[in-house]
Amino acid sequence: MSLAAKSLLLIAVLGLAACNNPDRYGQGGAGGPGGAGGAGGGIDTTGLGDPNNPTSIAYFNQRVGDRVLFAVDQSTLSPEARQILTAQAQWLNQNPGYAAIIEGHADEQGTREYNLNLGAKRAAAVQNFLISQGVAPGRLRTISYGKERPIEVCSAEACYAKNRRAVTVLSAGAGV
Amino acid sequence: MTRPMRPYFRTVLALAFGALSLMAAPVLAQSSPPRIVIGPGVIEPMPIAVPTFIDEGGARDYAREISRVVISDLEGTGFFRNIGEEAHISRITSFDGGIAFEDWKAINAQVLVTGAVSVAGDRITVKFRAYDVFNGTTLDGAALQFAGTTDGWRRMAHKVADVIYSKITGEGGYFDSRVVFVSESGPKNARLKRLAVMDYDGANVAYLTDSSSIVLAPRFSPQGDQIVYTSFETGFPRITLMDVATLRRRALEEQPGTMTFAPRFSPDGRTVVFSLERGGNSDIYLLDLNSGRLTQLTNSPSIETAPSFSPDGSQIVFESDRTGVQQIYVMPASGGEGTRISGGEGRYGTPVWSPRGDYIAFTKQNAGRFHIGVMRTDGSEERLLTASFLDEGPTWAPNGRVLMFTRETAGAGGQTSLWSVDITGRNLKQIPTDGPASDPAWSPLLP
Repeated sequence: MSLAAKSLLLIAVLGLAACNNPDRYGQGGAGGPGGAGGAGGGIDTTGLGDPNNPTSIAYFNQRVGDRVLFAVDQSTLSPEARQILTAQAQWLNQNPGYAAIIEGHADEQGTREYNLNLGAKRAAAVQNFLISQGVAPGRLRTISYGKERPIEVCSAEACYAKNRRAVTVLSAGAGV
Repeated sequence: MTRPMRPYFRTVLALAFGALSLMAAPVLAQSSPPRIVIGPGVIEPMPIAVPTFIDEGGARDYAREISRVVISDLEGTGFFRNIGEEAHISRITSFDGGIAFEDWKAINAQVLVTGAVSVAGDRITVKFRAYDVFNGTTLDGAALQFAGTTDGWRRMAHKVADVIYSKITGEGGYFDSRVVFVSESGPKNARLKRLAVMDYDGANVAYLTDSSSIVLAPRFSPQGDQIVYTSFETGFPRITLMDVATLRRRALEEQPGTMTFAPRFSPDGRTVVFSLERGGNSDIYLLDLNSGRLTQLTNSPSIETAPSFSPDGSQIVFESDRTGVQQIYVMPASGGEGTRISGGEGRYGTPVWSPRGDYIAFTKQNAGRFHIGVMRTDGSEERLLTASFLDEGPTWAPNGRVLMFTRETAGAGGQTSLWSVDITGRNLKQIPTDGPASDPAWSPLLP
């Protein structure tokens, strides 16, 4: 495939992912405030399906939990993270019609290049765990945004803690 | 213009940096020309006079603006103080007329710069002379003429100022240069980024990309004709090359499932050194731009990134967290484990080798603060030049005596801006930009 065609394909995949998760840089989601309880208040779920439908992306984002958080400078998975990822893997194994891009993020404490690396390590840690739980590697791809896309903008640990994350962004399709 | 520095000046500088020398500068003796030695210690700005250049035909506005830019360049270094025309006793009415040196001595000008500008069609000619007022002579080599097109008038002003700066400090010039950077807009959690290029002083901004995808850390090729940067245009971070003249760009060939970033050209412009991430682990690679041959230079399970060549191309400085904390290492250009050179408290990243080869600039994080600093290439003589909530990513001026970097303020309304500082920590100042800006990279001195 030519580079241009490849690029187009990637853009198409990403575009789809973005459409399916308007919340991925915003507040909310399962790991965010008010997410795990499934309150869903104020969250636009257009295109995500009904959060009460266990096969919908909305269900995955809100009930299963689409993100895990990390300690400062760390990419190791906490017990809470492993619990969420175990549930993610179960859901992915039960819903083979979805692929996922795992986005790794860092907080703003750190240089740009280092944080790109750190985000990649976090995304890879999630990818490896999901594969270890039986998710087909061809359904998963990782990306790092480093410190480029915080969801919380204050310069304090309360915000940093939510920004140090890996988010599993679903898209319809069997592979990425 | 890029005349090599005279050897005796190198000696003076080496002494100035190597020892705690107390120097009263500007150094001025009856028999020696006006001199500023850039080194530690307090430097009183040298008083100079730059009367408005003479209009020798159709160039009244250009003459005024060129004089203004020459003054701005020289004063912007912190080493010169212009004596305003209201204090001048003599008027310069003819470029080749006699100079009443007593009148310039009386107002304590140590250097007098006279110039003349003429315009014919779209051609502009600028000539100038710099005088040693005390000795009543022309500064050696500082009487030149430049010709070009009128739209390049600022460059001519920069060239005039570069010659004067160079004659008086013994350093290479740096005013006739460009800076590529990332222009930012939008809130912190949805920031838009696009590549832009400007003169070193913030003038003549041009945008090179739109804001549709994240772009990071552009770097000029050694000839200044290409830019290499990281773009999310394909959806994933990927190194992209751009031709400055045509703005044509191409992403480097993809290694499936990998991310590439933190690129820099080698000094010969033939290869690009960068970070390649696979499965969460980043190592440093070299890509030959002609053959497409990829060479892995580091092989370690830790984060290896931010590589930068020594100016002779023989070594590469980079950062690694192999000890658990970001530190700076130097390895041969052929690769290897490298030797750690940073040793102080805190974390060290984004090392950049000076174009002069004598220093490595870096970002340091310690106790919740960020610093821009410099150290010798063996890690000795570490000197922190700045401190703030977030300073990062230094880039060297072509003469290796000034750094530009990104400063970001804290909080929800936090914004980025570009700042410069000289390597002694003096003359910290913000570079004017239209909006928030980050990731500056200095071009070589223009031809």
